Amino acid sequence: MLRFTLKRLGWALLTLWMVITLTFVLMHSIPGNPFAKEGKMPPGVFENLMRYYHLDEPLYVQYGLYLKSLLQFDFGPSIKSSTLTVNDYIREGFPVSLHLGLQALIIGVTLGIIFGVFAALYHNRYPDYLSMVLAIIGLSVPNFILATVFINYVAVEWGLLPPAQWGTWKHTILPSLALAAMPMAFTARLMRSSMLEVLSQDYVKTAKAKGIAKSMVILKHTIRNAILPIVTVLGVIATNLVTGSFVIEHIFGIPGMGEMFVKGIFNRDYPVILGSTVFYSAVLIFLTFVIDVLYTWIDPRIKVTGGE
Amino acid sequence: MEKILEVRDLHVTFHTYAGEVQAVRGVNFEVGKGEAIGIVGESGCGKSVTAQSILKLLPQPPVQYKQGSILFNGQDLLKKSEKEMEKVRGKEISMIFQDPMTSLNPTMTVGKQIAEGLTKHHKMSAAAAHKRAVELLEMVGIPQPERRVNQYPHEFSGGMRQRAMIAIALACQPQLLIADEPTTALDVTIQAQILELMKELQKKLGTSIILITHDLGVVADMCERVIVMYAGKVVESGTVDEIFYNPQHPYTKGLLRSVPRLDQNRNEPLTPIYGTPPDLLKPPAGCGYAARCESAMRVCQLYDPKLDMVRSNHQSACWLHHPLAQGKTGS
Ligand SMILES: Nc1ncnc2c1ncn2[C@@H]1O[C@H](COP(=O)(O)OP(=O)(O)OP(=O)(O)O)[C@@H](O)[C@H]1O
Ligand SMILES: [Mg+2]
Repeated sequence: MLRFTLKRLGWALLTLWMVITLTFVLMHSIPGNPFAKEGKMPPGVFENLMRYYHLDEPLYVQYGLYLKSLLQFDFGPSIKSSTLTVNDYIREGFPVSLHLGLQALIIGVTLGIIFGVFAALYHNRYPDYLSMVLAIIGLSVPNFILATVFINYVAVEWGLLPPAQWGTWKHTILPSLALAAMPMAFTARLMRSSMLEVLSQDYVKTAKAKGIAKSMVILKHTIRNAILPIVTVLGVIATNLVTGSFVIEHIFGIPGMGEMFVKGIFNRDYPVILGSTVFYSAVLIFLTFVIDVLYTWIDPRIKVTGGE
Repeated sequence: MEKILEVRDLHVTFHTYAGEVQAVRGVNFEVGKGEAIGIVGESGCGKSVTAQSILKLLPQPPVQYKQGSILFNGQDLLKKSEKEMEKVRGKEISMIFQDPMTSLNPTMTVGKQIAEGLTKHHKMSAAAAHKRAVELLEMVGIPQPERRVNQYPHEFSGGMRQRAMIAIALACQPQLLIADEPTTALDVTIQAQILELMKELQKKLGTSIILITHDLGVVADMCERVIVMYAGKVVESGTVDEIFYNPQHPYTKGLLRSVPRLDQNRNEPLTPIYGTPPDLLKPPAGCGYAARCESAMRVCQLYDPKLDMVRSNHQSACWLHHPLAQGKTGS
């Protein structure tokens, strides 16, 4: 297990370095600079600003400086904000996005699994059709439409929950639901097909032939095996959710990380773009590692190859 | 001999988009206490469907048990509810499947899979069931059972998995064991070991066995009686000696001719049965074998022959046995 972990850590660092380099190169290859939108400014001021942020140095020097500060876990200052650093943004935005994302993840994946299991158990009957219609709606209706519908009815018309802002748990419900629709639909479809496959396996028949009740056969012999494909894609889904959704955070006025990333791109705020990309990748790599460990725990066949 | 299982006029159909597939069309046979019978017949003739019907393992729909009865110790299994069947499965009647590579759950230890039936039917505690699982693994000849019991199926070889399947099937000491081609997926030396094990356990525990196989040699070795199936029906049944040395039905004769024998001249060609079995979506009105039969008569196309006694302990369903057809005996 230790060797496995170390090896994975090495790969993670290498991947991260490649992401940093690629983002760095791509970002600087787009013409323009962070001060283009500021309008006319005296050449002296412009030069001073460029010098202050080391933008006048050759690219490889800037790259070196950036890597050096990253090694100290310093994502650098934000060019747009005179007082806040990228670290401040992450420190303030990430917990909010994480909270919202985890909530959406739990709701979405749990409901998705339940719908998928029922759809498979009632294959080609009404519960199946109903789940799949829900899934198609979840996949095809964009979450900003869902969000506006929720705000309009649940918050404004019926006054059950606050329409926007971030504060109490009540504020978290509508954005979580809007955010959960897509992963729910995705998980439901995946779980359904995976469940159908497992249900036709011989070992399910063996279990039934032992005289075990149908509900126990499903719980102990099918769901655990059928869940593996879900676990595989869980890393990507989770990363997307916990690093924040620009649209949902914007609509509900939630101070999360998603907003910061998109604004960074609009403002050509180099450290913010780089910082959020690196952070995003780090979260993805970390979650992928967690998923791999989870995987070996669910499927004993994987230990043999993964452990050595 | 006291009968443990009587299958009477069993009809099983599958509802498919193409129509109703009549997989089993009136099967009759019985199994005595402690007896081992074999069911043979070519692929698709309804052996597995018959076997799985006994435990009602086939999902309904698409399967429908149209007609007939399956009496187990006098009680009709087809009339039992799903809850009542759970008390029969694994406890009174067990089943072993063809492919040991896929019939064990890959994410559960072998021990747990053996213990499941014990905790369900004998209300054993987890610890007691585990202990019993070790004993069962030992009984089916798996070395180091204390270690093996905690392993997963992928750590077992094919032969060991089939041994584990036998341990699962025999865990609750059922009265009847149904083995559906238990050795087809194994290589020859392992096949012999598994059959030897089944024979030995049958003697020790007194279990009745229904053995389904393509391999006539296996039947000769293991069973006292044989049932020959064709296109969803029993065409001939009798003691092993009768069927092998005095076959009556043209299909059985064809089947025996298509198997190589040691005493056969090497240059003498094997005789396959030409043609294919009928489509069970639209089964023929007459004898299912008529289209392939060398001695088919006009009556064979029109009317289905009944399974008749040709001797005590030997039955066959063929119009050639009819008094009016005497002298026309087929090859
Ligand atoms: N799920 C199904 N849907 C439709 N028809 C089926 C289904 N399963 C089996 N059948 C039909 O039932 C008939 C009997 O099948 P069965 O599996 O009992 O054959 P078998 O004698 O066991 O053959 P084999 O030796 O290949 O195992 C076949 O002709 C097949 O077409
Ligand atoms: Mg079969």
